[in-house]
Amino acid sequence: MELVLVQILNGLQYGLLIFLAASGLTLVFGIMGIINLSHGSFYMLGAYLAVTLTSWLGDIFLALAAGIPLAFLFGAAIEWLFIRHLYGRDHLQQVLLTFGLILIFNELQRILWGTRPLSVPIPSYLSGSIRLTEVLSYPVYRLAIAGICVLLALGMMLVIQRTRVGQMIRAGESNREMVEVLGIDTRILFRFVFAAGVALAAAAGIIAAPVETVYPGIGERVLIISFVVVVIGGIGSIKGAFVGALLIGLADAFGKVFLPQFASVVVYALMAAVLVARPGGLFGRA
Amino acid sequence: MSASARPNVRSDPALEAKGLNTYYGQSHILRNVDFRVMPRETVSLLGRNGMGKTTLLRTLMGLARAQSGRIHLNGIEITGARPAAIAKAGLAFAPEDRGVFPNLTVQENLTLAARAGRGARPLWTLDRVYELFPRLAERRAHWGNQLSGGEQKMLAIGRALVTNPDLILLDEATEGLAPKVRDEIWATLRLVTATGIAAVVVDKNLEDLLALSDRHVIMSKGEIVFDGTTQTLRAEQALIHRHLGV
Repeated sequence: MELVLVQILNGLQYGLLIFLAASGLTLVFGIMGIINLSHGSFYMLGAYLAVTLTSWLGDIFLALAAGIPLAFLFGAAIEWLFIRHLYGRDHLQQVLLTFGLILIFNELQRILWGTRPLSVPIPSYLSGSIRLTEVLSYPVYRLAIAGICVLLALGMMLVIQRTRVGQMIRAGESNREMVEVLGIDTRILFRFVFAAGVALAAAAGIIAAPVETVYPGIGERVLIISFVVVVIGGIGSIKGAFVGALLIGLADAFGKVFLPQFASVVVYALMAAVLVARPGGLFGRA
Repeated sequence: MSASARPNVRSDPALEAKGLNTYYGQSHILRNVDFRVMPRETVSLLGRNGMGKTTLLRTLMGLARAQSGRIHLNGIEITGARPAAIAKAGLAFAPEDRGVFPNLTVQENLTLAARAGRGARPLWTLDRVYELFPRLAERRAHWGNQLSGGEQKMLAIGRALVTNPDLILLDEATEGLAPKVRDEIWATLRLVTATGIAAVVVDKNLEDLLALSDRHVIMSKGEIVFDGTTQTLRAEQALIHRHLGV
């Protein structure tokens, strides 16, 4: 029973983290029509920002507060410099350019932080464990990760459901051309969406850094799993990304314990099963 | 009513396009099209399917790029401008497929579009649109994809109105609608144009358009083959038969 409870907690925490990373990817794909292979690099950016900002500011949460706006500005600059030239172009050109960005970001990472694995300390006030049952305790920081992810996810959903920007994002998801016809400059909307996606991926990288080793290429694993989430949830659907990420998190956690010999393929088997049942994803347009 | 009989008709066109040539890939769709709409004027755009009517509307709205030619809206050149800039300059477009956002409610579809007008006309607000279309008011909390075809058309027109435009382009105004709903749309358009908004209306119901519009333009194979008043068009039965199949 305890084992199941731990796997549920691990799965939800991992799923929520992946949701933050994947939500930007699904919005950029769904609204802007851009396949962004470099999205994992923004998770990596977050992880390395956590290393530097925590050493400067002394606390991971201060690093998070400073890192999110920095990543947003970085995302806006990347959109302006590179991504905006891809609108209306075919997917091959998008894949080539964003793959090139991965190489550039990896090289920049090596220049700025080197190739040695790095770590970020868990703040002392969150370093303990909380007792869940008589024989089971769970790291407080991992629960904090889940809590922060839930807060960020709620904030994002609030923006999308209750604000004018959210209306624009949802409208752009279904009919980009009509958004422009109503007098809304989609260039600004797209820049905002891309930058927000970068900030969310970086936020995931920052808060995960204390429980992960920060190493070159850390974003590539996240990129692949984020694409799986987007496919399962349905392109452009935030609700789909949320449900898909939690499913992936739980499948990954339970797979590692109950099907260790198939652990690496469980999430892909889940994706294949969803694609067979619903080719457009759980919440996507078929 | 002819355009000349209307009060306050200025001599400068609200919209003027000259020498428009638009291509889709290798296909030459618009061929040297000259087109104008006067302030407060209602113009019907007629022609069989595939003759370039929708392409002309899309070119005017900036959704299709003209290879050559110039477009002016209220005297300001809008050639090559983005649709958002053209919309802000006073042009609204209700497309054939209505373009209703299915994942937004009726209210959200309207609030997203709502913008203050630039002219002296009374402002089109959400309340005024709900007065015009009481059915939309009843369904303000419904999602766009929960509306009937007629309600979606009403929403498309209402959404164009709350941008407070000087001119509305309305593609296939009543296509696929029941006769009762169709009559409702025509009655609404009469009310709207009476407020001083100019309109370009594409539709297949010739008699309704003859009753609604001040002027009629017929397109054939990407060219304008007729431009005249209701009276002139009624006298051209052979032309009507040849180009409209009526």
